[in-house]
Amino acid sequence: MAQLQEVSVEQFKHLVSERALTGETMLLNMGPQHPSTHGVLRLLLELDGEIVVNCIPDIGFLHTGIEKNMEAKTYQKAEVMTDRLDYMNPMGNNLAYCMAVEKLVDLDVPPRAQALRVILTELQRISSHLVLIGTWGLDLAAMSMFLYCFREREQILDIFELVSGQRMMTTYMRPGGLWRDVPVEFETAVRDFIKIFPKRIDEYEKLLTKNPLFIDRMVDIGYLSKETALSYGVTGPNLRASGVNWDLRKARPYMGYEQYEFDVPVLNEGDTYARYLVRIEEFRQSLRIIEQALNKLPMGPVRSDNRKFVPPPRSEIGVSMEALIHHFKLWTEGFHAPDASIYSAVESPRGELGVLLAGDGGPKPRRVHMRTPSFDNLSVIPEIVKGHLVADLVAILASIDIVLGDIDR
Amino acid sequence: MEKSLETIVKDLQEKFGIMYEEFRGEVQCMVKAENIVEALKTLRDTHHFELLSMLNAIDYYPQTSPRFHVVYQLNSLSKNLTVQLRVAVNGDQPKVPTATGVYKIGMWREREVFDMFGIEFEGHPDPRRILMPEETEGHPLRRDFPLGYEEPQFTFNFEEIDLRKPYAKE
Repeated sequence: MAQLQEVSVEQFKHLVSERALTGETMLLNMGPQHPSTHGVLRLLLELDGEIVVNCIPDIGFLHTGIEKNMEAKTYQKAEVMTDRLDYMNPMGNNLAYCMAVEKLVDLDVPPRAQALRVILTELQRISSHLVLIGTWGLDLAAMSMFLYCFREREQILDIFELVSGQRMMTTYMRPGGLWRDVPVEFETAVRDFIKIFPKRIDEYEKLLTKNPLFIDRMVDIGYLSKETALSYGVTGPNLRASGVNWDLRKARPYMGYEQYEFDVPVLNEGDTYARYLVRIEEFRQSLRIIEQALNKLPMGPVRSDNRKFVPPPRSEIGVSMEALIHHFKLWTEGFHAPDASIYSAVESPRGELGVLLAGDGGPKPRRVHMRTPSFDNLSVIPEIVKGHLVADLVAILASIDIVLGDIDR
Repeated sequence: MEKSLETIVKDLQEKFGIMYEEFRGEVQCMVKAENIVEALKTLRDTHHFELLSMLNAIDYYPQTSPRFHVVYQLNSLSKNLTVQLRVAVNGDQPKVPTATGVYKIGMWREREVFDMFGIEFEGHPDPRRILMPEETEGHPLRRDFPLGYEEPQFTFNFEEIDLRKPYAKE
């Protein structure tokens, strides 16, 4: 690798206005170590006084080569890498990856596993939005919001610890179902949470929604039009706040989402405040889904019994020779997937989380591409911050809900 | 294949002579590199595919012609349809015309594909690397790019490996 070279203005001359070259406007570096960039994101700002003329995001500080690493592992072992992508949404990443593998090898998932997957991903959606709204408050100087949000998030992480033994990097969903069934305490824990949480949402709304300081910082800031959003591939709550009714859970239901009644909140304003309101409403809708799924949670197995792809339960290994052979084969060599490629997508808290999975006929994937929503959501930033103050940039950046692990992979 | 999607694929076949195949209910159309921008435009303007949700590539190394597939996953929100376009690119000097004129998602995703696979997008307004540092040599997601690892040191070969181990320069 060559020696580090001094960065000259020549490299990004085409990205800034001519006034920056004459020194009329100022080039200012924001990040990578900055609390308001939600991770290691560097923004190169061209400022006219305090007004942003141009914004050039620089990403890649957290690039860990996850996609490359997954190519060197078998399909089951590659799954642990997905937890580390979007560290606010490990359950959702597991789901996206497992669904892609299941589609590639044509594997069915039993109904109980499907319902549990829905409950867990919806809990994860709530916890992800909690972190977002907490840090958003922090960015706009509402410290107490952060503490309240993390209190509820802790309760969700406790549920994850209960089912998988891990608070964050769960790897709980596996191709063909789940790692194991949930413990008996699971239902009470989730019911406790859905009993408390509606009151807590009202509390948050009292703190923020009608707060004049908060509204002043948010309304009419960072307007994102429908056309720009679609062209840049912005998805998820950000797209729905710009007036496009597009939610993969409704449009292309997976994991039995068609059985549950829920609304997709859509607002037409397209500003930072609308993006906040959409997420608050998503809390309530997620709770509705969790409650319905919990009420009609079917009994039965949580893993497919297709032994060519799913390892047998531990209890069988001691008594069945076939089970022992399958266990050995699956954990040493892994299963073979066809030489073909598929694309499957789920609705993550940030938008469309897609997986492009190409097999090569062997036990390791040829290519795993995670189409991570934060990447495309962030790419629209240069368009929408122009003409705003630097302080507004912080509010806009928070409203886009980026996770740098998700962007850099 | 759904009826409405069938008419769209037929239209593309007439206009651009595409080949298509179906796998697990997904339609994957092979488009020639010179037609890709027109094909995307037709899909967006005539058939209401508003959202290009994924733009990336697959490396079919050791196969060299074609070596790469550039993959475009398009979504029609109003009709709830999805279709995949693919452009096959040869291994020596891979080049594809840029899609940034049709879908702005290419602004970053094409930079990522260039960074990871070395596929050039002709006419891209800002063709820099995006994830890797500017001075990186090679393109990491190519199948012939080594994954890289650290040799485990044991007592009998500790010093031997230590000598050739790269350390940060002082």
